[in-house]
Amino acid sequence: MKRTTFALALAVAAGFSGTALAQAKEQFVPANGYWVGPYAPGGSGIFGGMLDYFKLINERDGGVNGVKLTWEKCETEYNNARGVECYERSKNKGPTGATVIHPLSTGITYSLIEKATADKIPVISMGYGRTDASDGRVFPYIFPLITNYWSQNTAKIKFIGQKEGGMDKLKGKKIVNLYHDSAYGKETIPVLDVQAKKYGFQVTHIAVPHPGNEQQSQWLQIRQLRPDWVILRGWGVMNPTALKTAARSGFPREKILGVWWSGAEEDVIPAGDAAKGYYAAAFNLPGTQHPAMKDILKYVYGKGQGEMDDKSRVGSIYHTRGVVHGIVTVEAIRTAQSKFGKGKPMTGEQIRWGIENLNIDDKRLKALGATDLMQPLKLSCKDHEGGGAVKFMQWDGRKWNVVSGWIESDQSIVRPMIEESAAAYAKEKGITPRDC
Amino acid sequence: MLYREAGQFKSTYAEDQQIFPIRQDRIAVALLLAVAFVVVPMVANQYWLSAILTPFLIFALATLGLNILTGYAGQLSLGTAAFMAVGAFMAYNFVLRMPWLGIIPSFILAGICAAAVGIVFGLPSLRIKGFYLAVATLACQFFVLWAIQRIGWFTNDSATGVITAQTVEILGYTFDTPQSKYLLTLGIVAVLALLAKNLMRSETGRAFMAVRDMDVAASVIGIPMMKTKLLAFAISSFYCGVAGALYAYTYLGTVEPEAFTLDLSFRILFMVIIGGVGSILGSFLGAAFITLLPIFLNVLFGAASHTFGLDISHAIVSNIELMIFGGLIIFFLIVEPHGLARLWQIAKEKLRLWPFPH
Repeated sequence: MKRTTFALALAVAAGFSGTALAQAKEQFVPANGYWVGPYAPGGSGIFGGMLDYFKLINERDGGVNGVKLTWEKCETEYNNARGVECYERSKNKGPTGATVIHPLSTGITYSLIEKATADKIPVISMGYGRTDASDGRVFPYIFPLITNYWSQNTAKIKFIGQKEGGMDKLKGKKIVNLYHDSAYGKETIPVLDVQAKKYGFQVTHIAVPHPGNEQQSQWLQIRQLRPDWVILRGWGVMNPTALKTAARSGFPREKILGVWWSGAEEDVIPAGDAAKGYYAAAFNLPGTQHPAMKDILKYVYGKGQGEMDDKSRVGSIYHTRGVVHGIVTVEAIRTAQSKFGKGKPMTGEQIRWGIENLNIDDKRLKALGATDLMQPLKLSCKDHEGGGAVKFMQWDGRKWNVVSGWIESDQSIVRPMIEESAAAYAKEKGITPRDC
Repeated sequence: MLYREAGQFKSTYAEDQQIFPIRQDRIAVALLLAVAFVVVPMVANQYWLSAILTPFLIFALATLGLNILTGYAGQLSLGTAAFMAVGAFMAYNFVLRMPWLGIIPSFILAGICAAAVGIVFGLPSLRIKGFYLAVATLACQFFVLWAIQRIGWFTNDSATGVITAQTVEILGYTFDTPQSKYLLTLGIVAVLALLAKNLMRSETGRAFMAVRDMDVAASVIGIPMMKTKLLAFAISSFYCGVAGALYAYTYLGTVEPEAFTLDLSFRILFMVIIGGVGSILGSFLGAAFITLLPIFLNVLFGAASHTFGLDISHAIVSNIELMIFGGLIIFFLIVEPHGLARLWQIAKEKLRLWPFPH
């Protein structure tokens, strides 16, 4: 008894001091996510997928060139203060400290921008976070990978244009942007305004206060406006509520287009039949038919090591999004190792180089067994976004069906806005942008 | 044996009116301050300083603010987070628009702005009491957040509503390390706590307590109701405003209006209740309990499952933590309804008699 108490005290002390015993040949990746609270389906699904992929790499390949991946979970509760605490706790663990942080919250990403840059730890905010961080000259350590919110929005408008029969048909149309009243929700307002001016449609922004389980008045307003499309920019419980309220107020679900944080199974199943016909964007696709997913089932779940308590969630949107997080993390480590030494644990600074020089082309995707799970991704010092394309899916009441090809975003709109916004940030903070 | 005041004679009025009349208390407080100011920054690592001690001090200051209003003056308020938001966003605007002002004056002005908002929303306290007043301050909570989210001026037209705090610089020295930020926070909190302690021993503090205990009797003996109640709101909001500014500048570095929700107001109210209503020390104890215990439980569970090789699902562990936290709150309230400060007081009484209680 005494010995266990002592060991416990020692472990607590180690946990508090934020240092673990250094062991070689290990690469530590913090899993600072959320498994409780209103947003738990997203947090548990995405971190489940990411850790499943890490387990696959450890189990099948023996790590990345022999370097085993390690991790530790820390509960952020989707709360900024807890997120910062988890970051501080995890950043010095493992032989080389935290490899990369996935904050999985736009708010936490904002709080970490300066801290992580000072600590030289890259932050990957895949499909969320601060949009103008796509300008890698001003934000060297922040990577809003694959597609940021603004890019996604231009793809959405393109998709609406396709549905209407051409971008010129958008003139005079009415679009409502129904958004979660938070930093995340407000992020797309400026880009929508610019697009409205360019294509001549009319956009109305309607806010839904957190958490969004009461939307009667918002949908009444939408009914009075009679818009041609509603863009749903929701999160968590707000999504099924929006679909149910839309059904009650008689708004056709085929005219509602969701962001990718509104397009998981967990967002539509609670709405039941009210969700039928609803469209949502995606930068990763669901399913277990991809070779990488099959391997996860075989090597991880086959041995009873899987992260998901509910096995039916394997291959759901959130889970495969987590697998994409895992693939990007592992490929970044691999890229860094190819320059700084194979089979060595990498530091945050080296990983930063690895992410910036990441090039996952079609050939590499095929080798990873992830074709159609995600799009090709190539980054540069200037462009911290990479991909930029989006697919659209429609819910048929039972599963998501892909209804479009990869729709490219309109960088002629997005990039100048990003550079302008990043330049303003650089000026405010006194940062000299890197020369790329 | 050690903690006894026998032999300590007071020969002047000044000695009689000291903050800590017992010599052992004075030594203990001096030691505590010395440890906090000198030893802690030298030995604590970055994690302790920036993720545990700094937020603890900031929440202690906000709790102190609410304790002045609720604990000493007896006015229940649910607008604490809103006053903190006013402080954070006004400090940002003062530094942004009047950079020549300097950080400390900006913090003070931000606190004064919060005090002004506090006075406005404290006006209903002249007519209503208790739960009805809590509802009126609830309006403040929603109105302030609404205004910050909707009026672009507050966030300097930031599209997302998130503001990034400017660098803290005083007399050419930049506070950018965790040590310096901790020391700045500690300095401000120590000065304000000392002021609060003194204020509560003064005529104003006694008037507050008279209003709390029975406002009709207080007005009969000539305590002006309006002045006293509004002053309590102003001082309390000032403290909360400064805490909000520190939250933005020395803790998170970025703030969004959503950080200051009703949830935070309730948390601070819990800190007051757990720590001890109407006690300066209680504000610190309550803040420590509410901010540090969840982190401690989290670390403890992580270590326990590590040591014993337990394979419990993380979701279950996270939920158990919340349950234990809730259970401990109820336990402490049953054991000592007057809060942790009262437990400390009882311990001191016992210590005076120790080791010969009879």
